[in-house]
This record gives sequence, structure tokens and C-alpha cells, in this order.
Amino acid sequence: MSFPPLDSPQWYRPLRAFALGMGATRWTVLSAVLFVTYIGIGALAHDTHFSLAWALLATLLVWAGPAQIILISTLASGASIVQSAIAVTVSAIRLFPMVVAVLPLMRTPETKRRQLVLVAHFTAVTLWVECYRFLPHVPRERRIAFVHGLGSGLAVIALVATVIGYELAANLTQTFGSAILLLTPLSFLFSTARNSKELADVLALGLGLAFYPLASLLNSGLDILISGVAAGTIAFLVHKWREGP
Amino acid sequence: MSDFIGDWHALVVLLVAGVIPNQIWRMLGLWLGSGLDEGSDLLMWVKAVATAILAGVIAEILVHPPGALASVPDVLRYGALVVGFIVFMLTRRSIFAGVVSGEVVMLVGKWWLG
Repeated sequence: MSFPPLDSPQWYRPLRAFALGMGATRWTVLSAVLFVTYIGIGALAHDTHFSLAWALLATLLVWAGPAQIILISTLASGASIVQSAIAVTVSAIRLFPMVVAVLPLMRTPETKRRQLVLVAHFTAVTLWVECYRFLPHVPRERRIAFVHGLGSGLAVIALVATVIGYELAANLTQTFGSAILLLTPLSFLFSTARNSKELADVLALGLGLAFYPLASLLNSGLDILISGVAAGTIAFLVHKWREGP
Repeated sequence: MSDFIGDWHALVVLLVAGVIPNQIWRMLGLWLGSGLDEGSDLLMWVKAVATAILAGVIAEILVHPPGALASVPDVLRYGALVVGFIVFMLTRRSIFAGVVSGEVVMLVGKWWLG
């Protein structure tokens, strides 16, 4: 990656900072992961009979791959709106600590809360990770414009991928259609594993995979919630216990 | 055009079951965020549960596969994930290598089984 030096006049214009943010999507392998994930989501939306406009609006307004997949798969498997909403909201809790962690990186004493609404909206795992990498190279007073550009660039990638995945699923043979649907679990597993640095994260991932098949035997409609809370709590307790005296 | 938009009812469901339950946490982070310690026990538990829920989503797609993926035998779906994960670890956590090898296992397996 290469940015103008922090004191370069190129940073004077907010629009230029926006463009540099948008262009920064070239320097992250996570753009490719995002692309692949959203091809999978587009294909999933097609195979579960949602419209293309629905899939695009979900990408734009939800802007969280896991929540979109939970929403599509629960609704498609006949869950009620309330059950889907609960599963989505629990998966989205992780966005709360991400937003809390990201905003101080670009806040200045003059920053108003409403100026950060769009940054909060764009915050998801990809942006969260890349802010830590890119923002030290961006002057503080241009960081909001830069992140607006980065978020918009990532959103364009995801929207294009949603269309491609949707159309591919509509026109491909069953074998290639299933290959596209398999992209989602593979890319989610590996990108989460890559970001799991602490024991609690690794345990939560492993136990979460192992507990779901057990929880699904209950057939409660909240299987993902039950296995997630159980596995996450055990992972947290083990971490505390190891950390203890 | 109506094919593109589909059912208006589904768009309302998207808002109620998808957009609002998801965005509420981002906006809470924006409103309450400044006073919270990032290393607190509560946030750590939340992160662990969120990771485990994501793992549950991965497992659900493999155990109860949607659409065309249901045509792939169980052993191939699980095998693709396991082989992909081994390659991912061997390549110093390359997401790309893991995804490609998982896909290859599934495609070759399906071709071989006919």
C-alpha cells in the first residue's frame, strides 16, 4: 500500500481523502474474501427464492455477511419473523464492541456524533480490521472522509458480487451452483480462524461448530442461539479460569 | 421489473427481521461507546458468543444445506471443510488456499462419484 505522506497537500481536500479510501480496497486481501462471501450470499438468496432487489437491499442496509445468511436461512427454513429477528440480533451483538473500538481512531474533539453515523454503519469485520492497518497513514482530520471512501468501495464490491452470485446460481448447473454455495462456510471459517488470536476466540469457534449439530436435535427454531450462547459462555469461562491466579 | 423487486411483504420482513435487529447494535455502540472499557469481561463474553454463533451458522449450512448444495453428499461437504482447514493451517493461514482446496475436494469428489 502507498499513501501520500501525512503532511502532503493531497490530504487537504476531503473528496481526495474519500477517493484514497475507496482506492485502498485494492490493498487488502479482505476485498477478495468479501467478494467471495457475497457471491455465496447472492447465490443463497436466489436458491431460497428471494428477489434480486431484496438481496441488494439486504447487502446495502444490513451490511453484515453473517446476519444476512442467518436472515436468509432462517426465513427460508420457515422460522417466524420474531425467531429470525432474535437470531440476527444476537449475531449482530459483536458489532457493538467493534463500533466502540473503531470510533476513537477517527474522533477529534470537534467531531459531532452525527458525523460518525455512516462510519458506524460501515463497521463490520472487514472495515474494523483495515482501519487498524490504514488509519495510522491518514491525518486524523481526514479519517472520517477516508473511511467513508473505504466503506463505499467495499459496499460496491459486495453489491457487484451479490448480483454475480445471484445470476450465477440462476444459470449454472447444480454442481457449480453447489460450489458457489460452499464458498460461504469456507470463507467464513477461514477468515474467522485467521482473526482468532486469543484462546477464547479459538474455543468459541471450535465449540460453536461442534455444538450446533447437537442443538439442532432439539429442533427449537433457536438452535443457533442455543449452541452459540452455550459454546461462547464455556469459551469465556475457560479463558477466565486460565487467566485466574 | 416485478421479478426484480419481488414481493413487497418480503421487503418489510427484511426491515423488521434483518435491518433493525442488526443496526441497533451499531447505533448503541455509537451512543454508548465512549464510556466502555474494550477489555471488560462483558465485552469479552459478547465477542465469544458472537464468534460461536458465527460458527453455528457455518455448521448449519453444512448440516442442513440450502438449495443446490443439498445435492452434495454429506461426506463431501464435511470432507471439503476438513481438507480446506488442513491446507489453511499448512499454508500459514492462507484464506485463499483453504477456500480453493475445499472447493477442489468437493468438485473432484462429485465428479468421481458421478
